[in-house]
Amino acid sequence: MTSGNTTMTRDTILKVEHLSMRFGGLMAINDLSLEARRGEITALIGPNGAGKTTVFNCITGFYKPTMGMITMNRRNGEQHLLERLSDFEITKKAKVARTFQNIRLFSGLTVLENLLVAQHNKLMKASGYTVMGLLGIGSYKREAEGSIELARQWLEKADLIDRADDPAGDLPYGAQRRLEIARAMCTGPELLCLDEPAAGLNPKESLALNTLLNSIRDETGTSILLIEHDMSVVMEISDHVVVLEYGQKISDGTPDHVKNDPKVIAAYLGVDDDELEEVMHEELDGGSL
Amino acid sequence: MTNAQSPAKEAAPGVMAQAVKEGLFAGILAFGMFLLYVGIETYQNIDNALVWRTRWGLLAIFVAVSAIGRFLVVGFFKPRIDRRKLAKAKAGIPEVSDDKGFFHRNFLKIAMLALVLYPPVVVSLYGVQGSLKFVDNFGIQILIYVMLAWGLNVVVGLAGLLDLGYVAFYAVGAYSYALLSQTFGLSFWVLLPMAGILAAFWGIILGFPVLRLRGDYLAIVTLAFGEIIRLVLMNWTEVTGGTAGISGIAKASIFGIWSFDVGASNNFARSFGLPMSSAYYKIFLFYVILALCLITAYVTIKLRSMPIGRAWEALREDEIACRSLGIDTVKTKLTAFAIGAMFGGFAGSFFAARQGFVSPESFVFLESAVILAIVVLGGMGSLTGIAVAAIVMVGGTELLREMEFLKHVFGEDFTPELYRMLLFGLAMVAVMLFKPRGFVGSRQPTAFLKERKSVSGSFTKEGHG
Ligand SMILES: Nc1ncnc2c1ncn2[C@@H]1O[C@H](COP(=O)(O)OP(=O)(O)O)[C@@H](O)[C@H]1O
Ligand SMILES: [Mg+2]
Repeated sequence: MTSGNTTMTRDTILKVEHLSMRFGGLMAINDLSLEARRGEITALIGPNGAGKTTVFNCITGFYKPTMGMITMNRRNGEQHLLERLSDFEITKKAKVARTFQNIRLFSGLTVLENLLVAQHNKLMKASGYTVMGLLGIGSYKREAEGSIELARQWLEKADLIDRADDPAGDLPYGAQRRLEIARAMCTGPELLCLDEPAAGLNPKESLALNTLLNSIRDETGTSILLIEHDMSVVMEISDHVVVLEYGQKISDGTPDHVKNDPKVIAAYLGVDDDELEEVMHEELDGGSL
Repeated sequence: MTNAQSPAKEAAPGVMAQAVKEGLFAGILAFGMFLLYVGIETYQNIDNALVWRTRWGLLAIFVAVSAIGRFLVVGFFKPRIDRRKLAKAKAGIPEVSDDKGFFHRNFLKIAMLALVLYPPVVVSLYGVQGSLKFVDNFGIQILIYVMLAWGLNVVVGLAGLLDLGYVAFYAVGAYSYALLSQTFGLSFWVLLPMAGILAAFWGIILGFPVLRLRGDYLAIVTLAFGEIIRLVLMNWTEVTGGTAGISGIAKASIFGIWSFDVGASNNFARSFGLPMSSAYYKIFLFYVILALCLITAYVTIKLRSMPIGRAWEALREDEIACRSLGIDTVKTKLTAFAIGAMFGGFAGSFFAARQGFVSPESFVFLESAVILAIVVLGGMGSLTGIAVAAIVMVGGTELLREMEFLKHVFGEDFTPELYRMLLFGLAMVAVMLFKPRGFVGSRQPTAFLKERKSVSGSFTKEGHG
């Protein structure tokens, strides 16, 4: 966790320029440019298959974009060109963390251990890359206690403290989602990318999620980039919305602006009956990766 | 044939009827199956003509065993198991029971004490010369495999990388000791760490290109590497002595103070005025390998609760999630490979010092398979389970050698140890049927907030390479 940065600087934290991603003959993203501002929740919405997850995979290094530039501006002034870093370096150096549309927890490790794994790099350094820690020299012990303390804080925020010693795979779905977010936060990110965090949650779990996201933004100053299918969630918590359709940006602005944009309405409701049916179908099916 | 069971007690008469029915059915099935195989036997008569005779008695036994067996299983065992499961579920006790008796709680201390006292007890029971068999065949042999399996456990059990060529590092350790001690005359205690480092070095060299692969591909390539090392040892005759191997390898000494060489002036037995016997060397080696095992266990346990060990386990659970958390998975895999290889190297140099002779013969794929089988049977990741599996498997093999009486049953040319692979396989099948996660299927968490609860095996993953 970074020190609480309460002054909301309005500058750009992530800048995506002319991003394209081609899979064989399919242009999954076509010349997409967007910006996410520091300290805000930016939502990326669009119908299923619009290319939202692909954008995330490009930003976090899981895919190498066919074209385009992705710039991450860190708080300390460092700039990282994400398309040149590999996936783990993006988290380690550029401080971008992510979650997955289909939850990826370490299900055989306990909830607490999941959060400790997320602090790997910090702890490795403190343990002198294991050697000093093994010999009991240096600051490893203190740092290890600190990491448990940090984990405890996040468990409290995510309302998981009672399940801390249970296997992660044993949690209900909503709790797993929150754990995945808490785990990403334990890497100390400046930008948190969430892929459909509300998918499959019941209303109560959905509410708990909103609380968690708001507290992340307000208390840690972490910027959030959020993919969401559910319009109501988006409208409630995001400061800025980007709408994607067929890999292209069709609208960009405040939630109110986007909601009333005729292009967005057309994309979501379809222009003729066939497409409407398709959209409804996708809404029912929920997400896919 | 349906296996549908009504679990409740009131259905008992129904169960009996079902059992009779299924028993009869099994009997009919067995009759049909065995009629030609067992009921009728063909043989050659004096004129070399093929004739046949019937064996109705034997057939009847087969059919009866099948029918009664099925009847008992359906009628008695199944309901009992179901009832026990139901009671457990009602009481809310998870599959891994938490009630620990005295033995369970102090298991480690008792095991340690037993191991330390083992040689003196055996000597006092069977005499110095008589103890040889027990200390060497049962003690050292088992402990070598315990150590190898614990080493492989780091790679397979913790990091989830399927390594089928582990024996290569064992070979590197053994040949390192053999060659360096012959060429430079260095002592066991200098070469032991060096053999471990060399093996780790080879682990990294082999790991670099290989660890980009996953799952089946990784398994196949590691298997190939194991074979390549063995073939190099076989064919590089000038250095390794080829198939003839290297003999006359120096023995280990007690830190240079006492030697076990018969001619040496500081010979152990001579210094203490004891009768000459090779048993002292074996007893000494027993304690050496015991110490090596303890070091392996200590390091493994320590590493598990350090960031690197946790990263290994996380890697086994989900590699992509690891990368999303900023963990360099290639480096993490390499360290697992190197640490595992290092333990293999230690064990290898010990093996060379114990045998006084190494040849490629000792490092065939079958060894890798046996070590892997021990890890899997023990329960991947669990040191205790693996130790038990090693005792059962290796000790079982050695026991087979002892079973002279089987010769009287099956005839003079029956060599029981040839059947050890068959028994290995049977044991594997049985364990996988009843304890699919190995002897110890649960995993101990490395950190906890309130209480340490073991994680049931149903949540942990085996890794994908
Ligand atoms: N690895 C891949 N290989 C080929 N096609 C892919 C791959 N990933 C995504 N796609 C395709 O790209 C398009 C966008 O997918 P995705 O980004 O998952 O959409 P969304 O997350 O908006 O629902 C889809 O047509 C999908 O089939
Ligand atoms: Mg998606």
